[in-house]
Amino acid sequence: MLELTPKEITERKGLVINPAKTCQPIGAMYAALGIKGCMPHSHGSQGCSSYHRMHLTRHFRDPIIGTTSSFTEGAAVFGGKSNLTDSIKNIFTIYNPDVIAINTTCLSETIGDDIPSIIAAAEKEIPEGKVVFHANTPSYVGSHITGFSNMVKSMVRTFTKAKATDNGKINVIPGFVNPGDMREIKTLLKTMSVPFVMFPDTSGVVDTAMTGKYEMFSKGGTTIDELKETGDSMATFALGKWASEEASNDIEKKAKVKSIVLKTPIGVKATDEFLMAVSEITGKAISPEIEEERGQLVDVLTDTHFHFHGKKVAIFGDPDIVVAMTEFCLSMGMKPVHVLTGTAGAAIEATLNEMLTEAGVKANVKAWGDLFTLHQWIKNEPVDLILGNTYGKFIAKAEDTPLVRIGFPVLDRSVHSYMPIVGYKGALRLVEMISGALLDRADRDAKDEDLELVM
Amino acid sequence: MKVIDEILESYPAKVMKNRKGHMLVKGEGCETGGCGKQKIDANSRTMPGVMTNRGCAYAGCKGVVLGPLKDMIHIVHGPIGCSYYAWGTRRNKGRINAGEQNFLNYAFSTDMQDSDVVFGGEKKLDQAIKEAVETFHPKAITISATCPVGLIGDDINAAAARAQKAYGIPVLAFSCEGYKGVSQSAGHHIANNKLMRDVIGKNPDANGEGFSINILGEYNIGGDGWEIGRILSKIGYKVMSIMTGDGTYEDLTGAHKAKLNIVQCHRSINYIAEMLEKKYGTPWLKVNFIGVEATMRTLRDMATYFGDAELTAKTEAVIKEEYESIQDDMADYKEMVNGKKACLFVGGSRSDHYQELLKDIGVSTILAGFEFAHRDDYEGRDIIPDIKIDADSRNIEELAVEKDEKNYKLYLTPEQYEELKTKIPLGNYEGLISLSENGTVIVDDLNHFETEKFINALKPDLFASGIKDKYMIQKMGVFSKQLHSYDYSGPYAGFKGAVNFARDIAMGITSPTWKLVTPPWKVVKPLTGTVAVGGDL
Repeated sequence: MLELTPKEITERKGLVINPAKTCQPIGAMYAALGIKGCMPHSHGSQGCSSYHRMHLTRHFRDPIIGTTSSFTEGAAVFGGKSNLTDSIKNIFTIYNPDVIAINTTCLSETIGDDIPSIIAAAEKEIPEGKVVFHANTPSYVGSHITGFSNMVKSMVRTFTKAKATDNGKINVIPGFVNPGDMREIKTLLKTMSVPFVMFPDTSGVVDTAMTGKYEMFSKGGTTIDELKETGDSMATFALGKWASEEASNDIEKKAKVKSIVLKTPIGVKATDEFLMAVSEITGKAISPEIEEERGQLVDVLTDTHFHFHGKKVAIFGDPDIVVAMTEFCLSMGMKPVHVLTGTAGAAIEATLNEMLTEAGVKANVKAWGDLFTLHQWIKNEPVDLILGNTYGKFIAKAEDTPLVRIGFPVLDRSVHSYMPIVGYKGALRLVEMISGALLDRADRDAKDEDLELVM
Repeated sequence: MKVIDEILESYPAKVMKNRKGHMLVKGEGCETGGCGKQKIDANSRTMPGVMTNRGCAYAGCKGVVLGPLKDMIHIVHGPIGCSYYAWGTRRNKGRINAGEQNFLNYAFSTDMQDSDVVFGGEKKLDQAIKEAVETFHPKAITISATCPVGLIGDDINAAAARAQKAYGIPVLAFSCEGYKGVSQSAGHHIANNKLMRDVIGKNPDANGEGFSINILGEYNIGGDGWEIGRILSKIGYKVMSIMTGDGTYEDLTGAHKAKLNIVQCHRSINYIAEMLEKKYGTPWLKVNFIGVEATMRTLRDMATYFGDAELTAKTEAVIKEEYESIQDDMADYKEMVNGKKACLFVGGSRSDHYQELLKDIGVSTILAGFEFAHRDDYEGRDIIPDIKIDADSRNIEELAVEKDEKNYKLYLTPEQYEELKTKIPLGNYEGLISLSENGTVIVDDLNHFETEKFINALKPDLFASGIKDKYMIQKMGVFSKQLHSYDYSGPYAGFKGAVNFARDIAMGITSPTWKLVTPPWKVVKPLTGTVAVGGDL
């Protein structure tokens, strides 16, 4: 496996090998799915939509809808106006969504299609009460996380209004996480009796129940009315700087709603910070049930610290998950010696380096990296565990190192999207997964006389 | 058919007009006589906004045809997504012998940035090739273009020529921008042309002695090619190359020496089959290794072509042995699913191939369609001269090859060829329509909306399609089998593959989990104690 990867690291400027990211549109599409009754539409070649739907479907194992402008060479030369206009008409007639969320692609961005003016000109194709909006998501800028962020920003641009009243709610932008995570965040807020608007919210959209009946537009997702009142909220909690901050700041600019940017609440510290910030803003107490959950988590962490303490770990994936995961691993006494994301950004590296330095861990850190680099790092400094998405399995096999699957995408295991990694419950699940992987490995490697019944 | 009318009536006028020609019912109107040959629209644009399953030219070129060539580095010039999505997602398996290079688990991209789009990406591509060569020292490299490349005018052919000169290895450029053509089919054609022009025939010393063949249009999904290879080697065939599953650059260079080309996937590779015949005189035979009966017929057709008594005897011996080894299992699975009905929507050949395998286990096909096929895949090759090339296909190069006087070799005399043509599908493919039973609904470029409508109307027990449909179909309570990726199972080809397929279909249809869908508290109890169970009243 991957035996052509040399240990010796040479600088690369032109070639990315085994990427740790994909392009913007899929993130935009995922965000759009978190609006109730929304059809994500890809303004580009058919392949883009096909690939994104394929990938999201494989991760969630649930139907993922999306339409495309089906560009041909003619459209690429003369512009995509007529394709988009026809699309809008056809989508409303055939599928009848409440909203169409258009994302651009490298193709439509390169030829410079002006989406707002095409939408405006297609006004008569948009039925009364229905909405068409767009996000610019050029595939050659940033990553799928940038695309997610851009689509959420577009939701704010399109729907958020200037503050009219105080609705006593908070806005929560959960970031590019699984519906299981979104449900856990909502549960925490409900337990605290905090009214909220979560957007986007893909729970109930990409984790739907089997009923024997297919509903193209399921009951899940943030409604347009909810999006419209985001300007009336007390504050916006942007969970995950890289997926959520910009939209949150835009609400602040537009409606003077305080923007609070936090880490994705993975692990004890990040969850503590989230709950305390919510409590401070809303005046609602952190409930005893939640405190009990925290206590259980810390109890387990302490009781089993020897399962993971001091273990070297390589963490890769999307910046928000990686940053929070690194913090959690450090708080467990683990050593994240290689930390890598695919999304470019000096702030990502600075944040990671600060945490690692403070913990006294010397580590390789790279924001705009690829899995070829990660593998080379691991060859030079082996680890006990890899934390990342399914693509880590090649390296895990090559280096005979356990892999715990977190983040996006997980293509080769199921259930992950239903279960949280956020909150104290999510952290407890992570501890189970991490300890389990390390202990399974210890069992596998143990000589017969060393196999422990109790560990 | 009522459901077809209902579907068409739901569409806006333009879509209705377009979709009308893409659907038919096999043999409809024929019972009253004189229906003539049925025509279907295919390989034309999908209407924008219609939720199609189709991909793009890049997916067909790099994803399907080039990707499986394991000893080459395939650099994708473009933003990251295109390379990322074609990385390990098609299950085209490949293994190597010691000392060989296998790049199947690697993805290479220039990860084009906005500055590259503005100022041009050729320099970055040059640099990427340099780094690939210096890091891996590959035998050969391909460059595949993505949408922005053609638009900004990066000259990938010039970059390939520069690299070829600088590093002394073949570097092949494929202008397979995603917007070309109307589906992945355009990409197959683009890939075929280049492989024919620049790779096949480059090794004049290849040894084509014996019963030498090439397997065309076999991508080794789930190991299909290995099962086919196992059977063919057992009989005594020499496989010169597989295009392109588990294939190598090296093998392709000597492929012109084979005495017969067998074509599994007609749609994706018939171009090469035709060109090889014109240039080198090698005939091609349409085969089908999907299905027990189909595999046996194919093996007999091949033996008929070579006309060698010993080979024929060995063929029969292998068929007997293989058939006996699987017939009990096949019978068991058949018992589980006999009489079930299937819909097939996949590829450019599979909805034809899998009908035969389903028939082996007693499952009839009530709807069949292709995602990216052309009219000849539906209506048969004899309509090719009648196909009008539209604006979207006109820009895909039609490579004209000439007879290679030095290497042109006829295994059969023209008379023998003509005689064999009446016995086996030599240079011929009859198409899906003629192979389907009367009453089968044939749909080209089936979309999400139509899938839902047809399921409600036809009530199949099995709907074989791809990942994008799978869960929607299953939400409707119908088992869906992916026939692109086989749901990560396989092989499904040949004898052993047939058993795998039969097992998976039986498992899927009879999974006890289907019975759990309705919660017991929602089951309506009958009003009286008597319940009618099946049968005639």
